[in-house]
Amino acid sequence: MRTVDLSQTSLRELNAALHRLRADTNETHWRVLNPRGQHAIAAGVDAPITVEIEGHVGYYCAGMNKEATVVLNGNAGQGVAENMMSGRVHVKGDASQAAGATGCGGLLVVDGNASARCGISMKGIDIVVKGSVGHLSAFMGQAGNLVVLGDAGEALGDSIYEARLFVRGNVESLGADCIEKPLEEHHKAELSKLLEAAGINGAIDPGSFRRYGSARKLYHFHVDNIGSY
Amino acid sequence: MCGIVGLFLKDRTAEPELGALLAGMLRTLCDRGPDSAGFAVYGAAAPGAIKLTIRGPRSFDYDAFVRHLQPGGPALPHVVRDTHLVLTVPLALEADVRAEIAVIPELTVVGSGRRMEIFKEVGRPDRVAERFGLDTMSGTHGIGHTRMATESAVTTDGAHPFTTGADQCLVHNGSLSNHNALRRDLIRAGLSFQTENDTEVAAGYMSWRMRKGDSLEQTLNSSLTALDGFYTFVVGTESGFGVLRDPIACKPAVMAETDRWVAFGTEYRALVDLPGIDTANVWEPVPAKAYLWELH
Repeated sequence: MRTVDLSQTSLRELNAALHRLRADTNETHWRVLNPRGQHAIAAGVDAPITVEIEGHVGYYCAGMNKEATVVLNGNAGQGVAENMMSGRVHVKGDASQAAGATGCGGLLVVDGNASARCGISMKGIDIVVKGSVGHLSAFMGQAGNLVVLGDAGEALGDSIYEARLFVRGNVESLGADCIEKPLEEHHKAELSKLLEAAGINGAIDPGSFRRYGSARKLYHFHVDNIGSY
Repeated sequence: MCGIVGLFLKDRTAEPELGALLAGMLRTLCDRGPDSAGFAVYGAAAPGAIKLTIRGPRSFDYDAFVRHLQPGGPALPHVVRDTHLVLTVPLALEADVRAEIAVIPELTVVGSGRRMEIFKEVGRPDRVAERFGLDTMSGTHGIGHTRMATESAVTTDGAHPFTTGADQCLVHNGSLSNHNALRRDLIRAGLSFQTENDTEVAAGYMSWRMRKGDSLEQTLNSSLTALDGFYTFVVGTESGFGVLRDPIACKPAVMAETDRWVAFGTEYRALVDLPGIDTANVWEPVPAKAYLWELH
């Protein structure tokens, strides 16, 4: 295991070292100490490694992540796992705004709460938040799953495309064109898989979630509106 | 951008360290606002007196000015910090002293109060803090700002904190969109403004509400409807500070609390040198919710 102390080593040196790693690297386990709220820690990693970060981080931690597992033993600032392509990012504390924004793949797990705009413009990422999410979460979400064990703030799924939203607690309000949909057996099966992937094995009944998604009235061309063009 | 910080001490024995801690927080946020900086510190009050913070040109002879105020008598207690003078004036003499200041065009009263002292200048925040000797200041609480200007010019007058009432001041990250209309309303209500700046209008609005008898909490809650735009505010009063974010939460904010202090920062980086931060409760303030800490 390689340990990098950010009070001794610069953030640029750390990220450059991580970016140099090839897919077949033997340096598969990294530990980062003293992150002290710095931005873009372990952003842009593209190798099947594990990076553990001990403490709170600033913006864009693990952004654009590909293949790697990034475990954060602390809170994340804005845009954690932003535009993640694949791999896994696990925030053991809370995440600030825009967690998992524009993510194309992979799994983001937040043990605490995620604040506003969690999963904004998500494009295939799976996000499991064990606490609650703030307002405008999954705004314009195109694909992927957002699973929230707690509550969701105002305007959940506003202007949503085809992202799927599962919330176990209270939803303060739904955004434009976001509606509740029936939770079918195959949704429950998929939810079970997501919960299992997030390390919640059998402790939570997939049937206790409600499902939300697009009414498909906003983003589809409607012939009745032809006069407006 | 802009960066704002606030620190409120619950442990009164830490008061001599307030300035040094606040300076460290401000220094970290230089890159969020390199244009100008300012801060307000709530220090000791003198019974029956008010503290006036006065700004003048660098070369101004403050000692001669203070001697001239009480010819033949003992000089009023005062401290010169770079371009600013903090003058402690018995309440009975306040009107006379203000009249003396008013006839000297180079001098401006930038703040007043029983406890508040306010300092701001154009320049890199770390250097501004150093010029004023923030490291050496003592107090119960303080707020600070590093500015990247958007709504008005980079001038000392446009630097934060803004104050429009005794012991009241405000720092702001964001921009307001209804400040012109609200400024006109407040001018009709009898307030006066020194600048074209949006934040000064927010400070004026809050002072006006508190003068009408609203508590700080009521004032912050009514600000949610009166003010339109992006904002994270930290508001200082004689007895404490408050935090308010706009309902959309456009601007970042993080808070931390231990049994010794409560701190606010635009970014968590600003808080990392506070004693005990590793075990502090760290959280993001919820949008459209007023947070308050007051001295007991």
